[in-house]
Amino acid sequence: MSEILTKSRARNVFYGGSIFFVVVFVAMTTQSHHHIVARSTAGMPLTDEVRLGKHVWERNSCINCHTLHGEGAYFAPEVGNVMTRWGVSDDPDLAYEMLDGWMQAQPSGIEGRRQMPHFEITEEEMRGLAEFLRWADQTDTQNWPPNDAG
Amino acid sequence: MKYQSQKVAYAYFLAAMGLFAIQVLGGLMAGWIYIAPNTLSEILPFNVIRMIHTNALIVWLLLGFFGAAYYLVPEESEREIFSTRLAYIQLAILVVGTLGAVASYLVGIHGGREFLEQPLWVKFGILVAAVIFLVNVSITFLAGRKTAITNILLMGLWMLCLLWVFAFINPDNLSLDKMYWWFVVHLWVEATWELVMAAILGFLMLKLTGVDREVIEKWLYIIVATALFSGILGTGHHFYWIGTPGYWQWVGSIFSTFEVVPFFAMMSFAFLMVWKGRKNHPNKAALLWSLGSSTVAFFGAGVWGFLHTLHGVNYYTHGTQITAAHGHLSFYGAYVALNLAMFSYAMPILRNRAPYNQVLNMASFWLMTGGMAFMTFTLTFAGTIQTHMQRIVGDYYMDVQDQLGLFYIMRFGSGVAVVLGALLFIYSMLVVRREVVKPGPVAVPGE
Repeated sequence: MSEILTKSRARNVFYGGSIFFVVVFVAMTTQSHHHIVARSTAGMPLTDEVRLGKHVWERNSCINCHTLHGEGAYFAPEVGNVMTRWGVSDDPDLAYEMLDGWMQAQPSGIEGRRQMPHFEITEEEMRGLAEFLRWADQTDTQNWPPNDAG
Repeated sequence: MKYQSQKVAYAYFLAAMGLFAIQVLGGLMAGWIYIAPNTLSEILPFNVIRMIHTNALIVWLLLGFFGAAYYLVPEESEREIFSTRLAYIQLAILVVGTLGAVASYLVGIHGGREFLEQPLWVKFGILVAAVIFLVNVSITFLAGRKTAITNILLMGLWMLCLLWVFAFINPDNLSLDKMYWWFVVHLWVEATWELVMAAILGFLMLKLTGVDREVIEKWLYIIVATALFSGILGTGHHFYWIGTPGYWQWVGSIFSTFEVVPFFAMMSFAFLMVWKGRKNHPNKAALLWSLGSSTVAFFGAGVWGFLHTLHGVNYYTHGTQITAAHGHLSFYGAYVALNLAMFSYAMPILRNRAPYNQVLNMASFWLMTGGMAFMTFTLTFAGTIQTHMQRIVGDYYMDVQDQLGLFYIMRFGSGVAVVLGALLFIYSMLVVRREVVKPGPVAVPGE
């Protein structure tokens, strides 16, 4: 091996191969970018309400307890399909009412039960959050999660 | 210590160890909340504690890498660092930024992209610090002797700093947001950080085993080639279920399977070098951490990563405690243990007190490694049950979690061992001086 694979050859293989894979990766992610915009998330318009909801989601760091499309912390339920689980994914008003009702009831204070904090969220923001979760729910995630339990 | 400017590394290692303590204590608290969920729930909720746990980890590992670079670049380049002043300014920015981020989290100011929650000013601070670092080290590198070790180290550090740009790009479209988020997260830990790891490991092997530089450097190029050939397209294993096209399921499965190869190569490399090199270096603790790091990295990143990387498996295990098990052991093996190996090697030299008693340091290795292994097993079992109950049977999340209490208690116990090990390590670095164990015969005097 030492005859054929000298240090400089190993180095050249490393440089050449890495550049090749970077190029392939960039091409594939560019295609994926188009796929996401044109197809997998195109089922519902990306409105200002959805944008506001994403902002609310981020400002309150929901991801550090919940998962969203399976990514995040593993301390609280998956919310990428929560609107389907509640059976309100097609109804903006019901979605808002369910979410608002749930979040106003937190923290439950029940002993031995994981506690969701109370968040100061206006009605407009709560509607945005509900729309954001409905928007996430309609994303084509290759049929993940396997069932409504998330 | 051959070069005075290497002393900069000392300050970096001290700051890193301080954050290490904060990180493990945060982890312990999070683990406790799994058992007693009402603890602090009103004033310090779980999400804030977790942010501190993960952010402190990332920053202290980076401080360790920067410190390692400032330690080994002078020795490899055979000259002093371009500017020690810039190095201290860089450290000050990073420490102020980190403390600022922690303070912000405590009062509820943070972003919401996992691991990138830092307020914008902190993100810019990190960017400025990264630029200072790259300038400082690159000038030193270009003026001096160029070796494969510094070449790979700098390439890894340059790319990881460039990828930080994606921390500023947050599209409104959630799926796009997730895709570009992985450009930082995956391409750090499963590509560029691996280059840094390989370079530091190569440096330690060079110093500890006395094997010929040519042999070590050829190995290094092969290792980093396999790391990038598998790791770049291996990003696909995060693109299964976030709205990205279906072909990633095959690309991700195939290439991330090969991600085991660089970790296996690094483990083989470390053991082979120790067997080949007959040098009996007195710093046994650094050797133990180096071998331990490459071994645990192989199991944590390689084996536990492969465990759930195939898309047919990941469909059921994605986002369960299986992921948590893999995350903990891989970070510990690949990056925590490697940094501690570097600290163990460099600190006695930086403090000018070698040889010294290493018994406590080695005890801390077994305490931490044993604790992390046990934690990984308990989380893997918890995740297996969770996967079955939640993903196959379809039971609701909280109903399933209620069944996992025993595993979380055992996880907390293993966390106590890790915290004790971490504190013992820091103590052994900073306090222990006396050589109480009689050293064995030394063939070649250590460096």
